[in-house]
Amino acid sequence: MQKINGFVRRLPAWPIYIVSVAWFGWLFWQALSGAMGPDPVNALELALGTLALQLMVALLAISPARKYLGLNLIKFRRALGLAVFFFVAMHLGVWMILDVQFLGQVLNDLVKRPFITIGMASFVLMVPLALTSNNLSIRRLGPQAWNKLHKLTYAVVILGAAHNVLIQKTWETEPLVYLGIIAALLVMRIKWRPFMATA
Amino acid sequence: MAGGWKNDLSWADVTPEADFWDRRKFMTAAAGLGVAAAMPRMAQAQALKPNSWKDITSYNNFYEFGTGKGDPAAYAHQLTTSPWSVEIDGLVENPGTYSLADVLDGMEIEDRIYRLRCVETWSMVVPWNGFELRDLLKKVGVKPGAKYVSFETLLRPEEMPGQKGKVLDWPYREGLRLDEAMHPLTLMATGIYGRDLPNQNGAPLRLVVPWKYGFKSIKSIVKISLTRRQPRTSWNDYNPRAFGFYSNVNPEVAAFTNQSSERPIGGGVFAKRIPTLKFNGYGDQVASLYQGMDLSKFY
Repeated sequence: MQKINGFVRRLPAWPIYIVSVAWFGWLFWQALSGAMGPDPVNALELALGTLALQLMVALLAISPARKYLGLNLIKFRRALGLAVFFFVAMHLGVWMILDVQFLGQVLNDLVKRPFITIGMASFVLMVPLALTSNNLSIRRLGPQAWNKLHKLTYAVVILGAAHNVLIQKTWETEPLVYLGIIAALLVMRIKWRPFMATA
Repeated sequence: MAGGWKNDLSWADVTPEADFWDRRKFMTAAAGLGVAAAMPRMAQAQALKPNSWKDITSYNNFYEFGTGKGDPAAYAHQLTTSPWSVEIDGLVENPGTYSLADVLDGMEIEDRIYRLRCVETWSMVVPWNGFELRDLLKKVGVKPGAKYVSFETLLRPEEMPGQKGKVLDWPYREGLRLDEAMHPLTLMATGIYGRDLPNQNGAPLRLVVPWKYGFKSIKSIVKISLTRRQPRTSWNDYNPRAFGFYSNVNPEVAAFTNQSSERPIGGGVFAKRIPTLKFNGYGDQVASLYQGMDLSKFY
C-alpha cells in the first residue's frame, strides 16, 4: 500500500477538471449527433445525473478507503467534489432549459413534485461547498468551521440518491442499489462508541 | 363498421390531426381576412409529420422488456408471436379462444395517422394500420349488460424478461368503458407504416386509443373480456392518484405530473415544447362521451 500511495502522490489532480468538461462536451455532442436516440434531452439528463451519482459514490469512498485499506486518495477529493457539482449543474441546466423550457413550469415543478424539490435541495446545498472548495476559504473559515460546513456533503448525497429513486415511475432496482451503497458508505463513517466501555 | 373515421390527412399531407383542426379554424378566419395571413401558419402546420420508423420502433415503453426506453427494442426479438391466440370471454355471444387469423377475419385494415401522447409528457405521431375494435366486438357479439371491456397482455416471463421483476403486477391489464371501446377512433393496430407491428410496439395485436395517455393502449393482447363492472387496470392499481382509470389526455389535470405541454420526439436537442390539447386534439370526436362528468375527478 505504501508503494501505491507513493505513486498516487505523484499523480496530479488537475486532469479531473479537464476530463469532466471534456466528458460533458462529448455527451452533448452525442446528443446533438443523434447517438443518444430519439429523445436526446431525456438521455442527456439521465447520463449527467447518473454520472454525478457515480462520482458521489467515488467521492464518499475516499475516506473509508484510507481508513480500512490504507489507500490515500485524499488529494483528489476537491477535484472530484467540484466535478460532481459541475455535472449536477449541467443536469439541472439541461432539465430547465432543454426539457421544461418555461420558468413558470420549473417553479411549478419545484413546488408540486417532491422528487424535483429534493433534487433541487441537493443542488442548493452543494453551492456553498463548491464556493468554499479552495485554499483561501479554508484559511478564512478555519479548518474546523470548514470541516463542519463540508459535512453538508452527507445531506447532498442522500438527497441526490433519493431524487434518483423517486424520479422513476416505479420502484426500480438500480436506483435503490445506489441509495444502498451511499447509505453504507455513510454508515462506515459513524464512530461507534464501544458499548462495553461506556457501560 | 370499418371506416368510421377518416384520416383528414393523406400520406402527402402528414400534419397531425390536431394541427389540422387548428389550420381549418385558421383558414375559416382567414377567409374573411385575406388568405395571405394564413400562409405562414399553414407552412408551419405542414412541416409536422409522422415520426420516423426508427423513432417509433426504438423509443418505447413496454415494461415487459425492461423500464428503459431502449429495452423493448433490445429484447423484444425474443418474443414468439406466432402462433397467437386471443381469448374473448365474459358477456359475449361467441366466447372462445380465437387464433389471430380468426380475429382478423372480416376486419378491414385501415391507415390511421394518430398523435400519441405519453403521460411522461412526450409525444409522437404514428401512422398505424389496424381495424376498429368495434368491428371485432360486433363480430363476437356484445351481450346486454356489458359496460366495460378489459384487456390483458401476454404473460411469458421466459420471453419477456421484465416480467421476472415485480415492477408491475403482471400480466399488464387495461380497460375501457364500452362506449369508448365502440368509438370509431379506437383501433386495434396490426402494423405501422404498412409493415407488421414490431414486437417492441406490441405485436401482433395492440390497442390504440389516441385521446388517452399511451399506457392505456395495451400491447400484445391475449385476452379481451366484456364485463359489467369497471375492470382493474395495471397503472391505476400501482398508483391510483397518479394514473386514473380514464386517463384522457388533459392539460388541465396534473395527473402523474403537470400535463400542460409536451416535448415532441424526433426534434433533437433543441425541440420546442408544444401545448398539449385536451383529448389530445380529438375533442371534437370524443368530448361527448364524457358530457356531464367532472374530468378533474374522473381523470
